[in-house]
Amino acid sequence: MKDQTSVRVAAYDEMIDKSGGIRPHYQRFNDWLGEQSAESMMTRRLEADINFRRVGITFSVVGDEAGTERLIPFDLIPRVIPASEWRVLDAGLKQRVRALNRFIYDIYHDHDIIRAGKVPAKQVFTNSQYRPEMQDISVAEDIYCHIAGVDVVRAGEGEFYVLEDNLRVPSGVSYMLENRKMSMRLMPEAFNRIKVEPVAHYPDLLLDNLRESAPRGADNPTVVVLTPGMYNSAYFEHAFLAQQMGVELVEGRDLFVERSTVYMRTTQGPQRVDVIYRRVDDDYLDPLSFRGDSALGVAGLLSAYRAGRVTLANAIGTGIADDKSIYLHVPEMIRFYLGEEPILKNVPTWQCAKPDELSHVLANMHELVVKEVHGAGGYGMLVGPGSTKAQIDSFKDRVRANPSNYIAQPTLSLSTVPTYVESGIAPRHVDLRPYVLCGKDIRTVPGGLCRVALREGSLVVNSSQGGGTKDTWVLEDASC
Amino acid sequence: MLSRTADNLFWMCRYLERAENTARMLEVNLQMSLLPHDPQARDGLWRAVLRISELETAFDAAYPATTPQDILHFMVRDPANPSSIYSCLRNARENARSVRGNLTTELWETYNQTWLELQRHLRERYPERHPGEFFEWVKFRSQVARGVTVGTMLADESLCFQRLGIHLERADNTARLLDIKFHEQADLKAAHDAMEQRQTSNETEPALLERAGSAHSEFYRWSAILGSVSALETYRKVYRDVISADRVAELLILRADMPRSLVASVNAVADDLAQLRNDRSGETERRAGMLAAELRYARIETILDDGLHPFLDRFLQRINDLGNRISEDFLVPLA
Repeated sequence: MKDQTSVRVAAYDEMIDKSGGIRPHYQRFNDWLGEQSAESMMTRRLEADINFRRVGITFSVVGDEAGTERLIPFDLIPRVIPASEWRVLDAGLKQRVRALNRFIYDIYHDHDIIRAGKVPAKQVFTNSQYRPEMQDISVAEDIYCHIAGVDVVRAGEGEFYVLEDNLRVPSGVSYMLENRKMSMRLMPEAFNRIKVEPVAHYPDLLLDNLRESAPRGADNPTVVVLTPGMYNSAYFEHAFLAQQMGVELVEGRDLFVERSTVYMRTTQGPQRVDVIYRRVDDDYLDPLSFRGDSALGVAGLLSAYRAGRVTLANAIGTGIADDKSIYLHVPEMIRFYLGEEPILKNVPTWQCAKPDELSHVLANMHELVVKEVHGAGGYGMLVGPGSTKAQIDSFKDRVRANPSNYIAQPTLSLSTVPTYVESGIAPRHVDLRPYVLCGKDIRTVPGGLCRVALREGSLVVNSSQGGGTKDTWVLEDASC
Repeated sequence: MLSRTADNLFWMCRYLERAENTARMLEVNLQMSLLPHDPQARDGLWRAVLRISELETAFDAAYPATTPQDILHFMVRDPANPSSIYSCLRNARENARSVRGNLTTELWETYNQTWLELQRHLRERYPERHPGEFFEWVKFRSQVARGVTVGTMLADESLCFQRLGIHLERADNTARLLDIKFHEQADLKAAHDAMEQRQTSNETEPALLERAGSAHSEFYRWSAILGSVSALETYRKVYRDVISADRVAELLILRADMPRSLVASVNAVADDLAQLRNDRSGETERRAGMLAAELRYARIETILDDGLHPFLDRFLQRINDLGNRISEDFLVPLA
């Protein structure tokens, strides 16, 4: 007789097919794993833990005491993606980001898509993510979302869906790189047998991408990474990327603006800055233009930006395109701007702002995932099937009070990958965040950050909610 | 290089060097307190540690008694004491963390590891159970960091700012250590005065001082100071003679080949300032060079005749001035 656990784990498993066989692209890894003793895998897991802590790959948790650092658990069993599947994903991601970039340009220039009636004006211009300051400003090379982190999940019979386009300051790429380093260090023999596409050149692509989008006239542009500081949850990543690119990691107080030019304070006097890869949200960038109480930003930065004297990556105002109320229009954007059919699917989405869709959501909340339109990081959301009646009822009140702040989606049964848990190895739900760089070309590295919900049955993979990570192996063509 | 980065590198090294020197000083005191003493002299020994670091007021405000255990607690693990080994190692690591991108991976890991191990040691009460071994550990971790720095860091501006931090701090700390005798006697005198108020002492003040400074304890005090800067063997090698105050002072003030001496530290500061020169730093470089030159051509007899304490006092003021000027010229100006 099947217990409840195995019923719940009816999701698509990336490694094991319905009849219990190993899928072909996992065969070699499974063979290798079969040869390892339980103790040797245990030793490797401990070693991974020790190494991550020693290297200081930690993150801080919102609400915890300042300076508290936690490790994101790393799971040794990789998510393996066959070359054929990656080709489709890759094409779909590039298509999507190309259209999104065109959309942002359009929103801050001619509004073609609105005049064509494809996206309602109200949803754009009354959106808190719309930045009127950006209207008719030209940015270098017309690039807005230099770095995108697109969350992709696999559900049902194995089809891919895009869950979210992160176009503001997507994080996590350092874990993609560090996870690979750790896997190669702990399982070198596996890499001997299995040809995995490398990802380590990401920082070089990123630097290239940033230099390409420098303001006109800057030959040999100076690039910096702008961080909110060492108590930010992603500080490790900011420092890591700056170091890997060989550029300065600056805080707001290291920069100043004079005659519409941005400088950093150095031991040899002021030095001009051309490109800022900023990991600070729009609201905190410039106390003169946005939040006056921000100590993270640089006074006058917006004026230098509007004068075209400095590039911000990502641009100000990209949030308008990854907002959850705009998300449902992305397939239409792809058709409108590119004249192509979308390669990757959207998850069906109900807008609580519309009365008939709201009543559907309220009636079926126990089966749905309800999200705040501007929420991120797994905060402010409800997963219907995993919630109590009381939780659902109180969430309904919140939605009723401010319907346009919420959208709902069916609860997708995310695919699973076998994962180390206390009782051995068991399937756990995963997602995938590949990173897309948008410069003169659109580029990706084969792979991404694979997040895994470590709690049994949980669908929430965010690290702030107890998620872990896995390495993602995209196989080279010949392997599969 | 970013001014803030330079600031972090400078302070990262100052704090680690300070932790090391505090450990050295406490270690000496621990050894000295094992020698036969009368209770007042022993207390004076421990109070001197506080005086040297100008922490007496802070200590007295927080601790009702002056037992060696209290002082060790205050100097080793008290987070409220900015100069405790705990605070120094935490600040060193925090500074390292904010410039980790400018450090080699190995160097960052060294600072991080030191911090992680310290937390474990404190949890396991290692400093209380084996204070000597604990101080050895602090010294060792600082030495490791220095070795990894030299062995892995590019010899550029960043290395100069680190060295600047080390040597400025070391000059300060060695000068304070040399002044320990002055602070001990001051304390002994204070204790004596206090006692006199309560009862009529049949011992005269000079006799008391003389007893404390008898040839016997003199020998141990100076050898302990030498030991604390790892210079006992060096002394024997250089002087091939019994340990005497003026020679110890000469070795630790005027010998340029003695790595922890004042002149060696100031020379290093002057060298690094010359390498880091920018269009504001001329005056700072001049003052450092002047101090180095004065030490280079000084005679120990003159210094001792004029008084060691006033000399060291002036020296500390000038080191402090250099520190402030370096902040103004290169780093984040002190608010």
